[in-house]
Amino acid sequence: MWPNERVVRFVNENFLAARVHPRQTPEAFKLYSERYKAPWTPTILLLDHDGVEHHRIEGFLPVDDFLAQLMLGRARIAFDAQQWAEAERRFHEIADTLPETDAAAEALYWAGVAPYKATGDPASLKATGRAFKGRYQNSPWAKKASVWT
Amino acid sequence: MKIDFRQDVDRVLQDAKAQQQPVLLDFNAAPM
Repeated sequence: MWPNERVVRFVNENFLAARVHPRQTPEAFKLYSERYKAPWTPTILLLDHDGVEHHRIEGFLPVDDFLAQLMLGRARIAFDAQQWAEAERRFHEIADTLPETDAAAEALYWAGVAPYKATGDPASLKATGRAFKGRYQNSPWAKKASVWT
Repeated sequence: MKIDFRQDVDRVLQDAKAQQQPVLLDFNAAPM
């Protein structure tokens, strides 16, 4: 997944990257795996600029799913910083460009929440609830959005 | 094209704060 060009481009455009390894950098691996409670590999944490975790990816994923999870983490960082417009754009980008991934349903859900958080207008929640009627009906996110319709 | 993974995590976190940039921290046991 790392050598994939789309993954590399997304990471380089959005993150500073660090790596710890249980044999190559054992002290750092122990320190950070304990600090972030990440004993398994591969685990990828997406942190904000203060080092606070906003998303984690545990275990191997195919390229599209992995890229979607990276995008989801970046969108969550924007969302948690109350950067609503950026978060909405990023969530929509996942649902639009990687609709077959597991992350897409979650992204669709939060793409509806972000504008509501910005404006207080529930129209985006209702629209999202309707959108789930035609997609991702077996996902937990469709169930969560069902209350909006 | 590749990702510039750095091993000095503390320094990466310092740079992230200075540059207001998010961080990807990879815990990876694959051969490096």
